[in-house]
Order: sequence, then structure tokens, then C-alpha cells
Amino acid sequence: MNDAAILAVSSMTKGFGEGEAKAMVLKGIDLEIGVGEMAALLGPSGSGKSTLLSILGTLMRASSGEHTMLGTDLMTASEAQRTAFRSQYLGFVFQFHHLLPDLSALENVMMPAAAAAGRETQAMRARALELLDAVGLTDRCNYRPSAMSGGQRQRVAVARALINNPVLVLADEPTGNLDRQSADQVMDLISSINRTTGTSFLISTHDEHVADQCARRIELLDGRIVCS
Amino acid sequence: MSPYAVKLAVRHLLAHPGQTALLMAGVALGVAVFIFMSALIGGLATLLTQRTVGSIPHIVLEMADRDPAVLAMPGTAQVVLQKDLSRREQISIWQPAIPIIEKTSSVTAVSPQIRGSAFVERGQAVAPVGVIGVMPGKLSAIADIEGAIIDGTSSLPADGILIGSRLARDLGLRVGQVVRLSSDRGRARRFRIGGIFTLGIASADRQAVYMNFTAARALFDLPSGISRIEIKVRPATAAPGIADRLRNATGLKATAWTEDNSQLFEGLDAQARTGTIIKAFSLITIIVGIASAMLLSIVRRQAEIGIMRAMGASKRLVISIFVLEGTLIGFVGAIVGAAAAWAALLPLPPVTEVRSGGLPIDRAQGDFLLAITLTTLAAMLASILPARNAARIDPVEAIGQ
Repeated sequence: MNDAAILAVSSMTKGFGEGEAKAMVLKGIDLEIGVGEMAALLGPSGSGKSTLLSILGTLMRASSGEHTMLGTDLMTASEAQRTAFRSQYLGFVFQFHHLLPDLSALENVMMPAAAAAGRETQAMRARALELLDAVGLTDRCNYRPSAMSGGQRQRVAVARALINNPVLVLADEPTGNLDRQSADQVMDLISSINRTTGTSFLISTHDEHVADQCARRIELLDGRIVCS
Repeated sequence: MSPYAVKLAVRHLLAHPGQTALLMAGVALGVAVFIFMSALIGGLATLLTQRTVGSIPHIVLEMADRDPAVLAMPGTAQVVLQKDLSRREQISIWQPAIPIIEKTSSVTAVSPQIRGSAFVERGQAVAPVGVIGVMPGKLSAIADIEGAIIDGTSSLPADGILIGSRLARDLGLRVGQVVRLSSDRGRARRFRIGGIFTLGIASADRQAVYMNFTAARALFDLPSGISRIEIKVRPATAAPGIADRLRNATGLKATAWTEDNSQLFEGLDAQARTGTIIKAFSLITIIVGIASAMLLSIVRRQAEIGIMRAMGASKRLVISIFVLEGTLIGFVGAIVGAAAAWAALLPLPPVTEVRSGGLPIDRAQGDFLLAITLTTLAAMLASILPARNAARIDPVEAIGQ
């Protein structure tokens, strides 16, 4: 593993089903993500992008291979350890914002930190306001998701992904549900955060325009990395 | 239970007021049924017990039966000494027992009595009666004769008697008339009817005749002893235990009212069991209702739960949120139901004042606290399984929907 790499997987496979019906979605992935890296994960539908992101995000376990991050062996870690690790070091942005509808924008941003700590604190509130300011939504901090546009919701989701100061943010089609203008705003925001904070981003996308804004392209085809 | 779980649970309930109110109304209805049944079954038991034991002694002390003695005789002869049936059974030395009885806890009234059978004669009309000779001030110790007087007064001079209304009707007797009483001891005297009572118990209203203690001594030829000591206790259901204590303390035969009313007890037991089953069904309905609502809520909120889990929320936090939501629905619904039941039962008269055809509901036996506690616990239990299901939701699947 490269010294500058925060995440490394090697010979990783993932299959679903049993016996002859078993379908291998990932067929031996070798990948490293470095500190401050911004990489696009490309590939056609069914190539295994979402599965790879789920495994890297500790939401799913690989069938075999090695998976380490920041020196922690995530293949052998318990479910509770993986949950704690996820909360501490990883951030997520999804195609659909998945904000909690009963909470305001500010409370949604605080959610990952509050869920881990079991309470909301003033420090969390200050950090969440800072992030909402960074994504240009200070004036919307008390709005519920239902009162915001799609682009605004996705920017709140980006702010939420950053509340715990993650080392790596995994974004699955973060602009897939947005119009071009909103998509550009979100990508500009992600690039800016990547540059200013050094947070690494791995962005799964079909959109070449999005991929062009990333320093690295990782192409996945039929469960294998064909270009990295 | 973390403060954040409380916040999310409360926030969700408040964010959906219609759904929350509907669930709480369902719980409230179940609790109201629970309380209503408790108050009705309890009130009915109180009423039946009161009507049954209100005018009868709860414990009767009499001379203990003595088994015929078998005298051992040498050889084959056996001599049995039989009870002397020519003499009236009486408690000869009764005065020392009275203070012992009066000091016994739960005893509320003690009435030494002289009892015997007699015939009331008025012209050609004759009727058998049971005479009760009571001490001064003890007339209403067992049955409220003074309160039951419908004509005349309750005073009992040496030549006065009180008779039941049915006897008066059967023999055409009125207050002030003189009748002749012939006792089973062959003595007869004339008495003036001082008052007529109606207890509402057919046998008493037709056959009971109350008279002065001293007059009864003379009529039944009992110069010093008494026939029995009648006792009232509170609560009436404590009578069997107190009877045992008095039996040991006095050496007299003690009979509790329950020995002669076992059918009433069986009836009350059956009634209580029916009430318990109805109350259990109320609780089961609450459990099923809350569990169903929580399961539906979880299906609807799968993505939310998934995203929380993906963002690092522990299973424990997810379980806490849903259990808390269910518990809050149960608790608040129970409080509302109890308050509604209390308000609905408020205008109903107390059991003691229930008229014929009315519902004998005793609000004090409504088991309000029990209903609230059991419902809250039931709601909590009903939420556990759905909450565990929620915690098991796979974030990847949930978010992918």
C-alpha cells in the first residue's frame, strides 16, 4: 500500500447468491485512494460501481480479498466497529438526497454527528452552520427538505457528508438527479471542498462532464477495473 | 436512551399530528374500555356483596358443638353420653368475650343476642316468627333496622316489638296494636307493635321480630346466657380470617358469612374472570394496533432508517427511536383514555346509590393507574419487534429504493 493512500483494496471480489446461481459482481478489484484525491468512478450500469462504493463505505462486506483503510482491516472488523469507523472517517452523498423529512436543513447536517454522540451539541451546531455557509445555504438552515429545491437539498446532503470531517467522501451519482445548472453548482462545491480541506472524494458517475472535473478516472467494466 | 433518540421520536410524532392522534385515540379507547370494565365489574361485586352481606352478620359466634362423649367401659359394653336436647344451647359466660371481640382489628360492630322461635297470634291468625332480642343501642348493629322503619318508631320498651312489613301485611297488623307472642319454651306474653320495618329481604320482612333484650330473656327462659354474638367486619371479605382468630380467642364456634354464600363467591369469581378476559383483549388490541402502526411506519421510513444507519447511527439508536415512539403513543394515549374514562364516569352515582336498572359503576375501582402502567408497558413491548426489524434494515437496500 502506498504511504499516501488512505484506502486500499486488493483482489476484492463480491458475489451474490449461492452455488451455480452465484453472480460475481466484482471480480478482483485492486485500488488505492490517496489523501486529497478526487477520483471519478465510471462504468456502464451493472458494472459494479454501486457495489464497490457500498463495500468501500463499509455498508457491505466483500466476499474475498483485502480491504484496509487508515490501517484498519475492515474485512475482519465487527459490524459495530465498521459502523463506528463509517461514522468517524467516511462521508456519503447519494443520488437522492435522503434528507430526513422531519428535520430542518441544519438538523440534517448535524445528524451523523448527533447520531454517533447520542446528542446535539453547540459545537455540532456551529460546525453545521459553517458547512451550510460553505454550501451557500445559511439562509435556508431552518427549512425542511420539502421547502427546498433539488439542488439545495443535494447541497445540504454534501454538507451533511462533511459534518464529521471525513477522510473520504463516497458520492454515488451525486448529480444524477439534478439539472445541469444545479449539477454544476454541486460539483463546484465538491471541488472547492476537496481543494480547501484535502478531503478525498470518490464520485461514481455516468456523466463525462462530472468526470472531467475529477483529477483521476477509474473505469469499471464487468466487475473489473480497466483503467485507473 | 439518548437525548437524540428522544428528539427524533418526538419530532416524528409531532410532524405527523393526524397519524399520531389517530393512534393515540385507538389506545385511549382501549384504555377507556379497560377502566370501564374494571369499574363495572368492581362496582357490581361491591353492590352484590353489599346487598348480600349488608343486613346479615359477617360472623356468628355460638356455643361450640360438643361431640357425644364415648365412655370407656371394661368388657364389651359401650356407653355414649348424648347431647342434652331438653336445654337450649346458650353461651353462658359471654361478657368476657365482648371486649376481646371489640378489640379485634377490622371488627366494626358486635351484638350479643337472644334468639328463639315463637308464634305471633292475633285473633285466629297465627304466624311463625324468629325473635331477636337485642341489647340497648345495638338494634342497628347488624341490619339497619332504624333506617328501615317505615311506620312507628324504633324504640324498644319492655313490652314493645318491631315487626317486618310482610308480617304486618299478612296478619293485617298496624303500629300500636297488641299481639300475643308464644315462645317455643311455652311462655307467652303480650307486646305492642312499636314500629314496622322493610329491609328488602323477604325472610326478614316476613319473619323477624325485634324486641328488648330483657323481654327476650323472659320469653325464652334464658336468665343469664345468650344465644349468639353477631359481628360485622370491614371489609366483609375478611370475615373468614377474622372468624378463625375469634374462634381461637374465645373458644366459641365462629361461622363466617362466606360459608353459607359460596355460590355468590363463585359468581363473583366468574364475573371477575370475564372482566379480566375483556381487559386482556383490550390490551391485546392496543398491542396489535401499535405493532401494526409501527411496522407500517417502518416500511414507509425504510430509506430514512437506511440513511441514518449509513451515516453511522447504531442499531441501538434506531431501536431506541421506535420503541420510544411506541411507548409515547401508549403513554399519552393511556393518559387521554384514563382522563376521558374518569370524566365519563364522573356523573354516574356511587354504587351505594344505584337505583334499579342503573349501572353499578364504582369509579374508585377503575384501576386507572394499572391501566396506564399496563398500556404503557404493552405499547413498549409492541414496539420492540418492529424496532428490531428497523434496526436490521440493510442500508444499501433501503437507500437503493
